[in-house]
Amino acid sequence: MNEMALLLAATLNAGTVLAIAGLGLLINERAGIVNLGAEGMMLVAAIAGFATAVHTGSDVLAFAAGMGAGLVMALAFGVLVIWLNTNQYATGLALSLFGAGFSAFVGISYTQQRIGDRMQFAVPYLADLPFVGPGLFRHHPLVYLTVLGALGLAWFLYRSRAGLVLRAVGESPESAHALGYPVRRIRLLAVLSGGALCGLAGAYLSVIYTPLWVEGMVAGKGWIALALTTFATWRPARVLLGAYLFGGVTMLQFHLQGEGVQIPSQWLSMLPYLSTIVVLVLISRNPNFIRVNMPASLGKPFFPGA
Amino acid sequence: MLRLEARPQPSKALSIASPLIALAITVVVGVLLFALLGKDPVKGLQAFFVEPVKSGYALSELSVKAVPLVLIALGLAVCFRSNVWNIGAEGQFVVGALAAGWVAMQAGPGTAWMGRGIVPIILLAGVLGGMAWAAVVALLRDRFNANEILVSLMLVYVADMLLAYLVYGPWKDPQGYNFPQTITFDAVTKIPRLVTGLRMNIGVLIALVAVAGLWAFLFRSYRGFALQVGGLAPAAARYAGFSSRRALWTALLISGGLAGLAGGLEAAGPLGQLTPYVPAGYGFAAIIVAFVGRLHPVGIVFSAVLMSMFYIGGELAQSRLGLPKALTGVFQGLLLFALLACDTLIHYRIRVGAKGAAQ
Repeated sequence: MNEMALLLAATLNAGTVLAIAGLGLLINERAGIVNLGAEGMMLVAAIAGFATAVHTGSDVLAFAAGMGAGLVMALAFGVLVIWLNTNQYATGLALSLFGAGFSAFVGISYTQQRIGDRMQFAVPYLADLPFVGPGLFRHHPLVYLTVLGALGLAWFLYRSRAGLVLRAVGESPESAHALGYPVRRIRLLAVLSGGALCGLAGAYLSVIYTPLWVEGMVAGKGWIALALTTFATWRPARVLLGAYLFGGVTMLQFHLQGEGVQIPSQWLSMLPYLSTIVVLVLISRNPNFIRVNMPASLGKPFFPGA
Repeated sequence: MLRLEARPQPSKALSIASPLIALAITVVVGVLLFALLGKDPVKGLQAFFVEPVKSGYALSELSVKAVPLVLIALGLAVCFRSNVWNIGAEGQFVVGALAAGWVAMQAGPGTAWMGRGIVPIILLAGVLGGMAWAAVVALLRDRFNANEILVSLMLVYVADMLLAYLVYGPWKDPQGYNFPQTITFDAVTKIPRLVTGLRMNIGVLIALVAVAGLWAFLFRSYRGFALQVGGLAPAAARYAGFSSRRALWTALLISGGLAGLAGGLEAAGPLGQLTPYVPAGYGFAAIIVAFVGRLHPVGIVFSAVLMSMFYIGGELAQSRLGLPKALTGVFQGLLLFALLACDTLIHYRIRVGAKGAAQ
């Protein structure tokens, strides 16, 4: 019973990293931009956040540093893709490759560092409930903020005028342009928000979740977050659900190892990656289903007047 | 105010100049970085651009890095030209090394009758291993419409885990003091070297043959042409009756096979056994090699040499200047970033002045 509560807690925690990044990428893709640089942005943000936490001891500053790092990288990506019309896939890859190298380079002196004891959080009263207390109500505030953020994003996309414009830019930039909306500026804003959220996810990973810095520690979470947007058919609530699902799969391997299940650990470590592939196959198998839900201009460049 | 104006024709001259400009930008940033870190920029540049080509030994070491990069990048060029985004060459490289390593481990008294004939079989196993791993991507894309970028990348992690499982488990050398490594392969499996005492091996010749072969395939064969039309203009390809499924399978099998071949050459060549350190990032660096080489077989040779200089320069910067080896990755990423920005100039002109002034 108690172990299940701990598994639930770990699932929520692991899912939060994926959810924050996934929601950021969702904003990107709703505006028609695919950013394959998520992994790189998360890595650089992870080391930026961790270094800040080491030097200042402040989690809030660490989050800000992570978001800032994600923002700067997304800005470079956005200018290249939106104004210089470079290929989105190639540019995103460049960002990921650069991020992997840069974070390893900067992080070399932080691999042995520790940050102080993490604060314990508890929602008053609710945390003392049996089972659900330790499972649901003893998390970092960001875990709850992420849930609110997903709901807020859903409201923004489907209930606000700005959200409608954002979706229009992703569906048909030509029409949005003809109506007088600054398509490229809106796309840049979306890319920047996505970068900031990927940065926040990276900082959460290195400052709260692990908390330490290891080279390449994001270990494909950026790519899984990219897969999440497809899995969620570009809906915020489903991104959240998918993130917890993948968080659960990640945690299940540790749980099974702890239970002494006789499977080599490497097979268990494959689980998150294999389940990403399985989920992609299941969701993509009907091309019409994807076509109906995918932003129509996803990945296509827009050059006004061309 | 600066703005971009589309050129009527893409500029051929800039298409060749762009990698050079990008390299210049990377060098400038490098100099600034060295200065910022309090290191002598001249020594830094020397480590990256002079030392790796200074002697016969240095050139041989350069070839050890350049061969896998050329082979993998050739395959990726075919993929990217056909608009198939295989970014999991690293995984195909690892599985190629696994398959080749398995054959190499069988060498012993029982295989003595074939003598050195086992080497081609090892390499063939590498090719097949890489192809099989890429075929998974092709199958899932073809049959289930699953995004090849994500599937091929996820398979890199799966391949790494598979390698770890084998070298920590069933393939572990019983006399290896519990280190995660296989037995050292029998001497008969060693990829023949070109010059005694140097690590340069016949991989160089294989890579050059592959360059010629891929050039002929891309620019002198019907299949290669059909593939590229599909990449540039899918609608035109469909109208011409070129099968996009066929293009997908061809591109992925070629690139998987070449990455697997590189893995086989690496396993039976410089490594001589399998360890968890088989994946060295060649599969990812080759993406940069392919783009910097303009997705052209000859260009890829030059860019692979350049990228190998980055590798060796990074190692030298670590041993001599006390800088982390990860510097290599920083410069590689910067180069691709700068290249993509410069490539804009191939299709667009920069105009100064307000819109409409030129019209």
